[in-house]
Amino acid sequence: MNPFNKWIWLALVVLLLLHHDFWFWDSSYLVGGFMPIGLAYHVAYSIAVTITWVVLTSKFWPADLSQE
Amino acid sequence: MEILAQANANATDAFSAGIVRVLVIVTYFAILLLLGGVATAFLKKNNNKDYLLASHSIGPFLLLMSLFGTTMTSFAMVGSSGEAFVSGIGVYGKLASISGLIHSLCFFVIGTRVWKYGKKFGHTTQVDFFRDRLESPRIGLFLFPVLLLLLIPYILGGVIGSGTIIQSLTAGAFPDWFPHKQPALAGGIPSYLGSLVVCAVVLIYVFFGGMRGTAWANCFQTIVFMVLGVLTFYLIAIKLGGSNNLLTAMQNAIKDVPATRTSRSEMSHSLFIAYMLVPLSVGTFPHLFQHWLTAKNAAAFKLPIIMHPFFIMIVWVPCIMVGVWAAAPGVLPAEWYANPSENQNKVLGYLVTKHTTPVVGGLLAAGVLAAIMSSLDSQFLCVGTMFTNDIYRRFIRKPNANSHSLHATSGEPSVWVARTFIILIVAISYVLGIVLEGRSIFALSIWCFSGYAGLFPIIFAALYWRGLTATGAQAATVTMIVTWCYFFYAGGEELLIPGTDWDILPVVPITLGTTVVMIVVSLVTKKPTEKTLSRYFEA
Repeated sequence: MNPFNKWIWLALVVLLLLHHDFWFWDSSYLVGGFMPIGLAYHVAYSIAVTITWVVLTSKFWPADLSQE
Repeated sequence: MEILAQANANATDAFSAGIVRVLVIVTYFAILLLLGGVATAFLKKNNNKDYLLASHSIGPFLLLMSLFGTTMTSFAMVGSSGEAFVSGIGVYGKLASISGLIHSLCFFVIGTRVWKYGKKFGHTTQVDFFRDRLESPRIGLFLFPVLLLLLIPYILGGVIGSGTIIQSLTAGAFPDWFPHKQPALAGGIPSYLGSLVVCAVVLIYVFFGGMRGTAWANCFQTIVFMVLGVLTFYLIAIKLGGSNNLLTAMQNAIKDVPATRTSRSEMSHSLFIAYMLVPLSVGTFPHLFQHWLTAKNAAAFKLPIIMHPFFIMIVWVPCIMVGVWAAAPGVLPAEWYANPSENQNKVLGYLVTKHTTPVVGGLLAAGVLAAIMSSLDSQFLCVGTMFTNDIYRRFIRKPNANSHSLHATSGEPSVWVARTFIILIVAISYVLGIVLEGRSIFALSIWCFSGYAGLFPIIFAALYWRGLTATGAQAATVTMIVTWCYFFYAGGEELLIPGTDWDILPVVPITLGTTVVMIVVSLVTKKPTEKTLSRYFEA
């Protein structure tokens, strides 16, 4: 395996940075009138993480593990 | 007279509701025991690998469900809603969405490697792996007590949590047998009895079903708490929002919630970042290590890696929404708003009791117990496995060639040694659970997770750095113990970075300390032989 594949680590660094959404920190705006924007953002974040793992495990699955 | 009649009617209703909830919980326990019994029929007799690792036969779906069930505890349902009631929506980002990323990363970077080497070189426990990788035959004597002592607070959290939930949701069922000074808990099955029954049920299906039984039970329990969490959310939303239209109900339920709960205006930025390190503990939990080894093949990890963040979202978001709605005036008893922290663990139970039927209340109790028991079972099995494999067979009595099974009913002494050891650890946890009743499960968990997260650099280095030495790993473990004890006895779950007003968690200096010591000591001590390194680091 090459766990240090640049695309994997780039994706992880971007996701780690996006996790800290200081831009919505003090906002209590309600998305759709029912979900606070800070929570809605992290729901979207969870979905983005899921999609990222779909891509990483399909495109960058380590070659040595494919043989196991 | 009318008041007396009303009080009598209320007591009768509470009695009936309590009995219904007890019946639902008993039925749930019966199903779990049945699953353990069925799994027994699939066990390969006298086969150690089958009992402990299900013969490396677990496919993607079962692996997903068992890994998810093992990492989720009662905090995912009861704790999250309570924490959202106290501090608002920020709890989701601080604890849940980051776990979705880091847990899957651990499965990908650590789990798949551990599985590969475990299958190739016959490892059963973490000590097996480190003994072989670091050429350190006696490392078990050093590592076993550390892993075990960190696991006990985790088990303790489950023991305390299960008793508390059973007591609060069976209130009113047995008013003559179990009176209580708090009216809300009167007639409920006492927490010491509830915890005892939960431990007994888990022990039975673990003893008889082994890892396969545990994986099946985990799968069933994960489905139960996911479905019931969403159902509970829907029913509470409809009632609180006063509309059968879910969207309208949710809009109504949140309109009077204070802005401090719908934003993170009262949450510290630095603490939010510090929480990122806590989920690294998943990389070093001994019970997860054992689950990873059960996978049928490496590809079986793909589904857990992908779906874990999504599953966390499904379980946590509804509970957090309910907790936030509870912050609106008038939803909870007035006195709870004056001391939110003291009442936070009662929020979900109160809303379920008030706004749903007794059957739903019983099902929710089953759901919360499912989340707790799906962690306890793996921990119990792991404790027995580690002691038998890493201490008893290694240092006390080496096995004969024929029978190594925990499950075997032969006269093989290690069978009884393992079971006795599991019972001993469970008994210690149970007694501690009674003594420490009322302590924060969240705080217990954070301390436990901080210790395991402090060990993360060691397992990561063992898999990806040729330069790691046995002395470096041991020095890093000692550093973790010393720093952990220092911060624990200094009494702070949060601390300030000197010279600043940034508050962080002890996990930050603990992990930083172990990393630095591990690197420095490894650079100046003797590495394993090239023969061993070449087995782990193919060209």
